[in-house]
Amino acid sequence: MKRKFLAVLLLLGLLGTVLCGCGGGSADKTPEGGQTSGSNEPAAQPAETRANEITVGIAQDLDESLDPHVAVAAGTKEVMFNVFEGLVKPTPDGDLIPAVASAFTSDAATYTFTLREGVKFHNGDPVEMGDVIYSIDRNRLPGESGAEPLIPALAAIQSMEAEGDTLTITLDQPNNEFLSYLTLAILPEDYDGQDTAPVGTGPFKFVSRAAQDNIVLERFEDYWGQGAYLDKVTFKIIENSDSILMSLQSGAVDLFAHLTSTQAAQLGDEFNIEEGTMNLVQAMYLNHAEKPFDDVRVRQALCYAIDRQQILDLAFDGYGSLIGSSMYPAFGKYFDDSLTNYYTYDVEKAKSLLADAGYPDGFSMTITVPSNYQPHIDTAQVIVEQLKEVGVTAEIQLVEWGSWLSDVYAGRQYQATVVGVDASTMTARALLERFSSTAGNNFINYNDSEYDAFFQEAVSAADDAAQTAAYKQAEANLTKNAANVYIQDLADLVAVRKGLEGVRFYPIYVLDLSGIRYTA
Amino acid sequence: MNYLLKRVLTGLATMLMVSFLTFAAFSLISGDAAIAALGTSATPERLAALRAELGLDRPLLVRYGKWLLGFFTGDLGVSISYQQPVGELLAPKIRLTLWLSLVSFLLITAVSIPLGVLTAGRRRFEGTRTALNQLGMAVPPFFTGMLLSWVFGVGLKWFAPGQFPDAKEDFAGAAVYLLFAAAALSIPRIAMTVRMLRSTVQEELGKDYVRTAIARGNDRGQVLRRHVLKNALPPVVTFLAQTMAEIVAGSIVVEQVFVIPGLGRMLVSSIGGRDYPVVQAIVVILALWVVLAGTAADLINQRMDPRLRLGGAA
Repeated sequence: MKRKFLAVLLLLGLLGTVLCGCGGGSADKTPEGGQTSGSNEPAAQPAETRANEITVGIAQDLDESLDPHVAVAAGTKEVMFNVFEGLVKPTPDGDLIPAVASAFTSDAATYTFTLREGVKFHNGDPVEMGDVIYSIDRNRLPGESGAEPLIPALAAIQSMEAEGDTLTITLDQPNNEFLSYLTLAILPEDYDGQDTAPVGTGPFKFVSRAAQDNIVLERFEDYWGQGAYLDKVTFKIIENSDSILMSLQSGAVDLFAHLTSTQAAQLGDEFNIEEGTMNLVQAMYLNHAEKPFDDVRVRQALCYAIDRQQILDLAFDGYGSLIGSSMYPAFGKYFDDSLTNYYTYDVEKAKSLLADAGYPDGFSMTITVPSNYQPHIDTAQVIVEQLKEVGVTAEIQLVEWGSWLSDVYAGRQYQATVVGVDASTMTARALLERFSSTAGNNFINYNDSEYDAFFQEAVSAADDAAQTAAYKQAEANLTKNAANVYIQDLADLVAVRKGLEGVRFYPIYVLDLSGIRYTA
Repeated sequence: MNYLLKRVLTGLATMLMVSFLTFAAFSLISGDAAIAALGTSATPERLAALRAELGLDRPLLVRYGKWLLGFFTGDLGVSISYQQPVGELLAPKIRLTLWLSLVSFLLITAVSIPLGVLTAGRRRFEGTRTALNQLGMAVPPFFTGMLLSWVFGVGLKWFAPGQFPDAKEDFAGAAVYLLFAAAALSIPRIAMTVRMLRSTVQEELGKDYVRTAIARGNDRGQVLRRHVLKNALPPVVTFLAQTMAEIVAGSIVVEQVFVIPGLGRMLVSSIGGRDYPVVQAIVVILALWVVLAGTAADLINQRMDPRLRLGGAA
């Protein structure tokens, strides 16, 4: 028995020695390994030997179903934008252009699409009319157990008629924004592997995913249009913000979006920093069902008490664009810049408004902030300091994202929260519908009959000009009533390794890789 | 044999308790898998539908019972986030974390035991040694990890931080990468073990039997190895067993810093997504790990010190 133990000990020792030896030996070999693997220092490599692929870092995994009709996370849509297409697809300018359809005509009540010839799915099958109807129906019809349809707005479809390669969709009433819903992904009928092995028609095809590790996409050779330049893209999940920087500097990652200004400043001259916008309405959202935020004077006082430019300067190194309502500049015609400076920083005005409302000595409040979003935490910290000036004592409560969703967003149990709200489609409706008094996602409990009227007028407007005007009135209503303390649309800083080009920014939250290529 | 049976039973009981507590904790905290999955597109109707689909609308005990039944029949369930069988999802991660932990453990043992014993009897550079030791204990693994990545990764390019090589394609590269991660994980534990061993060895060295042995003409080194170490090691072995458990906890942080796709990162993200089948599986694996390490320490100590044996016969 004693001997056995001795043997085990010896074995352990031996293992230890072997391990140390192995470690030392291989450390010497790494330089060679680094050269052959090629991706360590692509900049130093001659163009012809460089693999035509890149690694893109992302800060969180796509930890949900990859089925584009089911997936909801912004991070998932951002990546899978490269894999799927609808009848139409968005452009960087915010227009919709034909994709799986080759042409469309519309008179706001009837939409007619011509199916593009020669479009193939990633599995090699041609796209047929049946696939298109299946894809629309899957989002339009109630679920098996009678659940609400995936896209409730598609209930507006009165009839769909297919004739040859022409699809005619008739709506129950004219709707100018309807086209944007038809960016929904066209998927093959009778394929049930979308959850884990998605198949679409986009410029990249899905290859593999390893949970909390990576997602691999490859160029789709049979893409109908101008295909992708890169042969392969690997998305690598890196949550730790320091590791993100080191991965870029070590050569492990070539491109990383949504960096903070501090991170961007720390990167050396191996990278270009491209600046776009995040397409978020960042604000301190206020719960109107909670005192004292039910009083418009209190909300206006908060707007006057907060110096937004100082927030940008202190927390974002000056990056970001100020906003004054639930709309961001990338939305073009819907954005009303005259609302941006409706409230200017004015401590005295804030104090007198608070006194009018019955709070001459201020009050105490809690700002709930999701702990996984550093920009919002930084913003809240500046706000807390600024509010002290007018006698309001604010306290930050950090909650984990799951709790935020459950307590703040769904439960509406909070006073104020700093977050960014995004648009799911490229319509003003996607940003403004939530503030109508009956909306299920009206998490600030906004209840204003004038707003409801403007919003109804907008959605049922017959022509585009009338609709835009009504939406702008709705936005102005939010500003005048100080529905929330609007702050900014955050800057989106993208680090791209030198030698790569073609980053395109969209008015929605996507990362288009099809244009990215190596120069020279 | 009786002892072993007892050990297995208490181990099982521990794991059961841990799994139940985790399960219960999940129903206590706010948010659930349905709301995590639907995010901001959640509406009351959709939440109810998804909850029914996932079985989240049933009572806690029913859900736990179902999970337990599956667990004992080898079915760990399907990850809610990834829609993949949990076993399939976790297998490669278990392997990685196991390697990381083993390498760290060997590093700790191989460095701290000789170091502790060798420095015990000597008084030279006492101040420097104590300072180094304190530093080693005080600096947390995530910081050491960042430092190692900067110096050896970004600076010297011995490995590329963020690019963990596939062990099948580049074994040497993977080993080097793992070794640095293990070093970051091990340094505080090495410092602690050395300190502990030193003090126990020093204590033993001051005892009468050592003086007698040396007085009888025995070689100092021989006395140290044959008599002193034997008496000084048992508490260290117990400590090392705890280390084994703490390594796994520490790997959660180190895996994030070194971007290693292991169990720790998976655990953190699964808690965020309220993916309870995955969390349950990982927690049970970790509990098993701790139970095994404790048992191993007990067995080794009994081998070394007959006084600890239960029931006399071994």
